[in-house]
Amino acid sequence: MRRTWWIYLIGVLGLIAVAAPFLWMVLGSFKTQGELLRVPPTWWPQDATSQNYNDLFSKANFPRYFLNSALVALAVTAGNLIFCSMIGYALAKLRFKGRNALFVLVMATLMIPGMVTFVPLFVLVTNAGLANSYPGLILPFLVSPFGVFLMRQFFLGLPDDLMDAGRVDGTSELGIFARIMLPLTRPALATLGILTFLGSWNNFLWPLVIAQTEDKYTLPVALALYSTGQNAQNYGLLMAGAVVVVLPVLVMFLVFQRHVTKGIAITGLK
Amino acid sequence: MVQKTAPGEALRASPGGDSVPAAVGGRAPRRGGQLNRQTAAAWVLILPFVVLFLAFTAGPVLGSLGMSFTDMRQRDLRTPFAVNGVGFDNYIKALSDETFQKAAFNTAYFVILGVPLTLVVALGAAVLLDRGVKRFQALFKVGYYLPVVTSIVAIAVIWRFVLAPDSGLLNTVLGWVGIDGPNWLASKTWAMPSLIAMAVWRNFGSAMIIFLAGLQGIPQSVEEAGQIDGAGPWQRFRHLILPLLRPTILFTSVTTGIGYLQFFEEPFVMTQGGPLNSTISVSMYTYDQFGFGNYGLATSMAYILFVVIAVITFIQFRLLREK
Repeated sequence: MRRTWWIYLIGVLGLIAVAAPFLWMVLGSFKTQGELLRVPPTWWPQDATSQNYNDLFSKANFPRYFLNSALVALAVTAGNLIFCSMIGYALAKLRFKGRNALFVLVMATLMIPGMVTFVPLFVLVTNAGLANSYPGLILPFLVSPFGVFLMRQFFLGLPDDLMDAGRVDGTSELGIFARIMLPLTRPALATLGILTFLGSWNNFLWPLVIAQTEDKYTLPVALALYSTGQNAQNYGLLMAGAVVVVLPVLVMFLVFQRHVTKGIAITGLK
Repeated sequence: MVQKTAPGEALRASPGGDSVPAAVGGRAPRRGGQLNRQTAAAWVLILPFVVLFLAFTAGPVLGSLGMSFTDMRQRDLRTPFAVNGVGFDNYIKALSDETFQKAAFNTAYFVILGVPLTLVVALGAAVLLDRGVKRFQALFKVGYYLPVVTSIVAIAVIWRFVLAPDSGLLNTVLGWVGIDGPNWLASKTWAMPSLIAMAVWRNFGSAMIIFLAGLQGIPQSVEEAGQIDGAGPWQRFRHLILPLLRPTILFTSVTTGIGYLQFFEEPFVMTQGGPLNSTISVSMYTYDQFGFGNYGLATSMAYILFVVIAVITFIQFRLLREK
């Protein structure tokens, strides 16, 4: 008991270190340009302003970027939930030729850097007429090796007896998957859904390459380009932009955090 | 009906599961037909994956390899097959390019310092939560994990302000204890450590969760045995706990390493690779070459990175796998 207080002290100092940049961001987004440059800096905004958030609408088109990010993330998430659970089930529960080879192949792609595929992918997507389009942003991410792995691990944990019972009842193989097994994977689907949505929302390299006009920018692309372009000195706008990028995923994570941490632990330990 | 009753019954039966098929009976004669049906179903279920995988992963991986042996440039975008083979020219050009060498050095610097630091902080946090912090454990866990879910681009933008020379948060805090902090991101010496610090800050939560799960999987009796033998806390950790965490350390070091070898957003947003290329990474330089229209050269650089990642992952598996 004697030593608990300093353990909590370290823990709280750690929390402060983690939270401080976020607080700095939120407070900064309500400061004027002049106040942001003041030395020494102010903590609490002295004359709080919503000008930076207004600028997100007037000087930039952040609502549009927000909708683009949301649309792409939702489509990618839906694709992963459907396709990863399908192949995950086949890899875990069905016997067919080439199953192990297919699984090894999926695992091998886990370590392929995005840098390796993006140039030919760009050539492919451009020649398919999909550059600067929503399908171009979405299609390459509809399945992920991580998602396949997660779903396979979860299906492995379900007893085969359920399938045998379905077969005895005369349910078709696809029916067994869709009506008996899939409903039991709801926790895994929740984890996969959240993680995929977060990953897509934060994805940067591919949207940077493929979104060529402003109306197709996702939030990270817009923020990165504004922060390195002619708005690089407009600190308030960038702070407010960062809030718009970060806040939705923080809220979403806090609501669903149980699924996220559980999923990480599942895939990490198997 | 099937969904409601069958799972429950089967779950109850599963501990002695072997008897169930026997009780059902008549399974053996139908086995061949059933396997065929399974194969057919499997093909239907894997088909979307296979199509997407061939088009967007396997195809581009091979395409990239092929492209790296050609002189393909942006003007060939519409006619990707009308290019000339140049053998290993791109690889030779990349490896003898001083900026690429600098980028390779920076990437190694980032990984060699960043991965161990991330894992040490993660393990420290995990031990703190597992052994010390009993109340509010979930709060601490979620708090430490927060940065992991946020966009690196947004984080990099925020950290630029945190690291600003005069009006920044870090130098203000350092000023309280009399330290006159440098202009972190404009300094050739400090820019890279700044990026590493940010990466550790953002990523340690992910490894922490995995360590925490690993620690919680170690039975209490292991530590009790050590206590009986008179081992101190550090000795128990070093000789009893750490060896049991080996698979977990392997997993986290591999995943963290693969991620760090590709670091891109951090220099892209915070330093644009500067000052004087002191933070340019292999990924960022590859992207730059793509931007200049040198597709063949860019793919050769990406492949060099790919090979390095594969080799390092392999070595980590050899070094850390269970004996």
